[in-house]
Amino acid sequence: MRTAAKALTVALPAVFILVFFAFPVANLLSTGLVGGGLHVLGGLFGSGRERGVIWFTVWQAAVSTLLTLAVAMPMASLVARMGERRRRLVRALVTVPFVLPTVVVGGAFEGLFRRFGLDSGALRLDGTVWAILAAHVFFNYAVVVRTVGSYWAGLDARLEEQARILGAGRWRTFVEVTLPRLRPAIAAASAIVFLFSFTSFGVILILGGPRRATIETDIYRFAVTRGDLTTAASLAVVQLVAVVGLIALTTMLERRRPITTRQAHRVSQRVGRAWLWGNIAATALILGTPIGVLVERSLSVGDGYSLRNYGALIHRTRRLPVPALLTLRNSLLYAVVATSLAVVVGGLASLVVVHGRRVLSRVFDLGLTLPLGTSAVTIGFGILITLDRPPLDLRTSWIIIPIAHALVGIPFVVRTMVPVLRGIDESLREAAAVLGAVPSRVRREIDLPIGGRGLVVGAGFAFAVSIGEFGATSFLPRRADTITAPVALFRLLSTPGASLRGQAMALAVVLMAVVAVAVVAIESARGTADGGM
Amino acid sequence: MKRSTVKVLTLIVALGLVATACGSTNRTTADTLEGTTITLVTHDSFALSDSTLKAFTDQTGVKVDILESGDAGTMVSQAILSAGNPVGDVMYGIDNTFLQRGLDAGLFEPYASPALSDVPDKFKLDPQHRVTPIDFGDVCVNYWTDALGTAPPTDLADLTKPEYAGKLVVENPETSSPGFAFLLATIVRFKDWEGYWAGLRANDVKVASGWEDAYYSDFTAGGGDRPLVVSYASSPVAEVVYADPPVDTAPTGVLADSCFRQIEFAGVLKGTPHRAAAQALIDFMLTPTFQDDVPLNMFVFPVTKSATLPKVFLDNVTVTDTPLTLDPATIEANRDKWTARWSEIVLG
Repeated sequence: MRTAAKALTVALPAVFILVFFAFPVANLLSTGLVGGGLHVLGGLFGSGRERGVIWFTVWQAAVSTLLTLAVAMPMASLVARMGERRRRLVRALVTVPFVLPTVVVGGAFEGLFRRFGLDSGALRLDGTVWAILAAHVFFNYAVVVRTVGSYWAGLDARLEEQARILGAGRWRTFVEVTLPRLRPAIAAASAIVFLFSFTSFGVILILGGPRRATIETDIYRFAVTRGDLTTAASLAVVQLVAVVGLIALTTMLERRRPITTRQAHRVSQRVGRAWLWGNIAATALILGTPIGVLVERSLSVGDGYSLRNYGALIHRTRRLPVPALLTLRNSLLYAVVATSLAVVVGGLASLVVVHGRRVLSRVFDLGLTLPLGTSAVTIGFGILITLDRPPLDLRTSWIIIPIAHALVGIPFVVRTMVPVLRGIDESLREAAAVLGAVPSRVRREIDLPIGGRGLVVGAGFAFAVSIGEFGATSFLPRRADTITAPVALFRLLSTPGASLRGQAMALAVVLMAVVAVAVVAIESARGTADGGM
Repeated sequence: MKRSTVKVLTLIVALGLVATACGSTNRTTADTLEGTTITLVTHDSFALSDSTLKAFTDQTGVKVDILESGDAGTMVSQAILSAGNPVGDVMYGIDNTFLQRGLDAGLFEPYASPALSDVPDKFKLDPQHRVTPIDFGDVCVNYWTDALGTAPPTDLADLTKPEYAGKLVVENPETSSPGFAFLLATIVRFKDWEGYWAGLRANDVKVASGWEDAYYSDFTAGGGDRPLVVSYASSPVAEVVYADPPVDTAPTGVLADSCFRQIEFAGVLKGTPHRAAAQALIDFMLTPTFQDDVPLNMFVFPVTKSATLPKVFLDNVTVTDTPLTLDPATIEANRDKWTARWSEIVLG
């Protein structure tokens, strides 16, 4: 049974990724590249425009990552020092922006720019690369706070205390003692933010202005508007190669073992008042202002304010097949399925990445992260032309939607779990083994409870990813009666009329609230499970 | 690990079962209509009253599932990728700007519905009847009357005049269907369309990526500072129907001279095992039950002569008799060339 369990740990994630990602993508690329594809591929690098597009894509993703790190690290440090309950609340709250549809956030940013006179003149932000970067920080703030903050919380604080006693200043302690130990989590968070920005679509189109293009927006342009699958597939190859290179790089960084051991629990510490409030104010400004615009828009009716837009959500408008509020039920159902898939597949895969043989570990790490850096068009159209025959004709089945969501959720689970598992003190395992525990028991009693901390953070992400409809779902056909909240929101915004727009904003606010509550619930569930162990 | 292994195994098996169950739709081989379920593939602007498709089921015994495939461009791309092994039986919503691409890919089975006698000839763009016209809508410049600060334009050429400087927002034809339709309008209307766009650029035209962005961020409707936008002939009607607080007359008007006609078609997808049921659905789409239901749900106009428009349409919109049109083959042959040239002139 033990070998069977081992085989399954490897086979399940492998089969999942092969069937739902690798084969579909390979199939689409080969379909697209047949007949002159390589020629086009060479031409891409010859064309000044495409070279510029590739460079801009990498550049904006790298800068977005650095900026997000810079902006979110203070909050991560604060989260690390909070009590478990508060930490859970903050982790849930910062997740909220993550699920908002880009068309809504883009509109909120443009509204803000206009209000503060930043839409034209010397201080113009609208339609510039700054607008793109600001939006990427807004969306990805949660990635850094959650991944780094949770990992940080598990670090043994005694080392810092010793450094301080030995006379190191606060900053020096951070740079020389804390930062090196945080490297695996920072690398993991950076990889995710980079990939998310790398394949960002709506933000680039809406906020970047008509002149900005990335590999992702060009894949869409060629595949859909122009119907030129060959060029689209060539660009998709470029995208894949770039992503593989990046993942290999971060894997190297992440691999270096943390210098010291971890503790399962850490006592919350007092933090300076100025630091605390400064941090909260900064976060409120960064995340709160665009959200404030949305809340204001959801409440505004005519020249005044009213709750009418919220009330309207329980009635069906002609533009939607069901009342807007009911679409949340579909969203939640998909999110539960997608999160379960992501947790099982991603959880098992993390074990392989950490304990598997070197080559296997590398391949898993790469293969399971790739979907995050792959164009939604590539995955969606790939599934469409691959899973199209019985017994796996999933094109019109509802299950393909949560599966596509899970593809994007899995990297989050893996990237949050692996650093935590790697950080588990080897001496703990040895002690257990000496006391007579068989390896499977060691894993159950030691790896699972500690790894669980990474797992819930990853699960929270997978849930948010699904609720926010990231991934290939916009390029897959879907049944009208299973419409989700973000899709409903787009629909409401696609027809003129103040009441439809008001309802769309109200639905966005409800969506945010649902996500906050759900993420708290997911992460508390783990708290209870922990208590029982 | 053992217990969780069993759980995981159960999950895989369960998932597999669910997947297979969902994958294999119950398809009857014999074309007896009663009890058949067919799938209508459409774009995500599709909407109908609950009673409409139910009426079809009551009449024919055929149940209709709706499958939505993103915007019209995405829908056509998907259909081309799965040509011959379609995800559904009937496609509805392919318009004249994408029609040729679908026809070239051989997506449709010819079917001449007897109900076509009720449709004016100007809508029948495919003499082989591979597709059937169902509705039309015009893409036109809209203005927010109170915010214009001057008289509304009456001619497309007016938009390059100084009094409309900095007032127009259009959509990028590379990423937006109305944006592309408006580019076509200018190409049909002006011999020197390149010069016209250079004039618009000199007049500070703004380019948004899509309709939502243009209408709700830059246009007056969303609090923007541009009172002229590329939208639809029916947009003023929606502004009345979905006004809050209610209004009697639309706050917006339409520049009739700027309208480009988009005709939406339906076609039987090649490879369907339910040909008779699919054809019955096409027939049904031309009945008054369907045609009269289209305006208030999708804000487009019925194609049949016998269809009637709701009062709010009659009160707030005049359909131009002389829309700008272009034949689908010309559109498809020149699309890339025109949009590339447009990009050079307007964005370069």
